[in-house]
Amino acid sequence: MIEVQHISKKFGDRVVLNDVSMTFIQGNTNLVIGGSGNGKTVLMKCMIGLLEVDQGNILYDQRNFTVMDFKERKPVRQEIGMVFQGGALFDSMDVEENVIFPMSMFTSWSDAEKVERANFCLQKVNLPNANRLKISELSGGMRKRVAIARAIALKPKYLFCDEPNSGLDPKTSHVIDELLKEITDEFQITTIINTHDMNSVVEIGERIFFINKGQKAWEGSLDDVLQTDNQELNDFIFSSKLMKGLRK
Amino acid sequence: MFKLLAQVGKYSLFMKGLFAKPEKFSVYLRQTALEMATMAWGSIGIVALISSFLGAVVAIQSAYNLSNPFVPISAVAWVTRDSMILEFASTIICLVLAGKIGSSIASELGTMRVTEQIDALEIMGINSSGYLVLPKIVAALLVFPILVIISMFLGIAGGYIGCITAGVMTSADFRKGVIEDFIPFNVTFSLIKTVLYAFAITSVSSYQGYYTDGGALEVGRSSTKAVVYSCTLILVLDYITTQLLLA
Ligand SMILES: Nc1ncnc2c1ncn2[C@@H]1O[C@H](COP(=O)(O)OP(=O)(O)OP(=O)(O)O)[C@@H](O)[C@H]1O
Ligand SMILES: [Mg+2]
Repeated sequence: MIEVQHISKKFGDRVVLNDVSMTFIQGNTNLVIGGSGNGKTVLMKCMIGLLEVDQGNILYDQRNFTVMDFKERKPVRQEIGMVFQGGALFDSMDVEENVIFPMSMFTSWSDAEKVERANFCLQKVNLPNANRLKISELSGGMRKRVAIARAIALKPKYLFCDEPNSGLDPKTSHVIDELLKEITDEFQITTIINTHDMNSVVEIGERIFFINKGQKAWEGSLDDVLQTDNQELNDFIFSSKLMKGLRK
Repeated sequence: MFKLLAQVGKYSLFMKGLFAKPEKFSVYLRQTALEMATMAWGSIGIVALISSFLGAVVAIQSAYNLSNPFVPISAVAWVTRDSMILEFASTIICLVLAGKIGSSIASELGTMRVTEQIDALEIMGINSSGYLVLPKIVAALLVFPILVIISMFLGIAGGYIGCITAGVMTSADFRKGVIEDFIPFNVTFSLIKTVLYAFAITSVSSYQGYYTDGGALEVGRSSTKAVVYSCTLILVLDYITTQLLLA
């Protein structure tokens, strides 16, 4: 469980997050939705400590991450998997080396064990024979999947995904959504996904948080989201013809 | 002026951050070996080419300028030797390496920054600056002196070949001149300079790349800055060390 308590973040005098509080439950796919530029990525970066919050606390299973220094954060960070918006794969390494990298850094497993784990993770993301491919040889969807494989390599307790299916075709993005849901259930991960894709919300959303202009404007379950009378959320969800049709 | 001080402060903090305890020593060691191999193989060709031509040109030019009948022609050999050892092999070669290795370090780290690879390291709990930069600095401290020693030999060899083929002097004259009044400290001095240059080039270029902010355009800018600052520092260091150690 991750608790975000009253966090605020400013850049200069521009307020990007304003008193945001959320609780993300273990074993759930928690979706953070909101329009472009409303602060989803900043929220995620604050949670994992790539940005420091100006106010508020972030608790990983009661451990207050905000007050820790770099050294104290280390053990928590090793329980975190992160899939960046652009993948952030190490392009000096091939696919297998990318997945093995966190294991080399933080475990004393033998080479055979590492390769076995890497193969398992690559199997999970449906890339069984890609081990020796270079990062530059991968398509956008494959990159996302390798990034997911790397993120789950050390069996994380917390998984963060920043727009895992932006820029992907509907079928691949469906595959990735299902995959995230599946590993969340299977390994009882606390998963947090930033998205503005309503398909994902409908398919895998268990708990949904709506961020608008740097504030949490709404939270609820999937059933609630389609029947909300929150005006801004309605505008956001039913902006497409498809979703309007769905409501009818 | 204030901006410069702020930069120096940030650079010092960056350098301090490098020396945190490594996550895994074996990974650092392997990374250092890899960097050494890349640096050595990537630069040996250009170092060899430049050194031998420089040596040949220096030798022929000094022969051309040496019209005094009281100075023996073998002086050309030790002039070439001392120029190569004292200045060309270290300073000129390191200026070239600043262009080659400095820009590649800055663009590598810059690209890693803008594609969030550095962030990815950070959130894994890895000291990204230590992991990425320390192996490069250590590798340079070990590889540069070797390259410079090779450059000294090739420069003198280039001078020899240049003199012989231009018919300036006999092979025996050159061999006699080249060992005349040899001061071993000159080699030490040159290697001291090289070590300082190596540190300056890698740390400044890493700093420029590591703190790239923006996109592909800024990566290019960082890499240009890395080369300009490294070269400037080399010249300043050259002046200071020569003042301190030789004057
Ligand atoms: N490093 C930064 N410095 C200054 N402002 C920033 C910085 N990072 C983000 N912002 C600002 O914070 C706001 C929120 O950005 P953020 O990236 O969180 O949006 P987002 O909800 O993730 O959007 P998208 O869906 O397009 O990814 C934006 O207006 C952006 O300009
Ligand atoms: Mg974003």
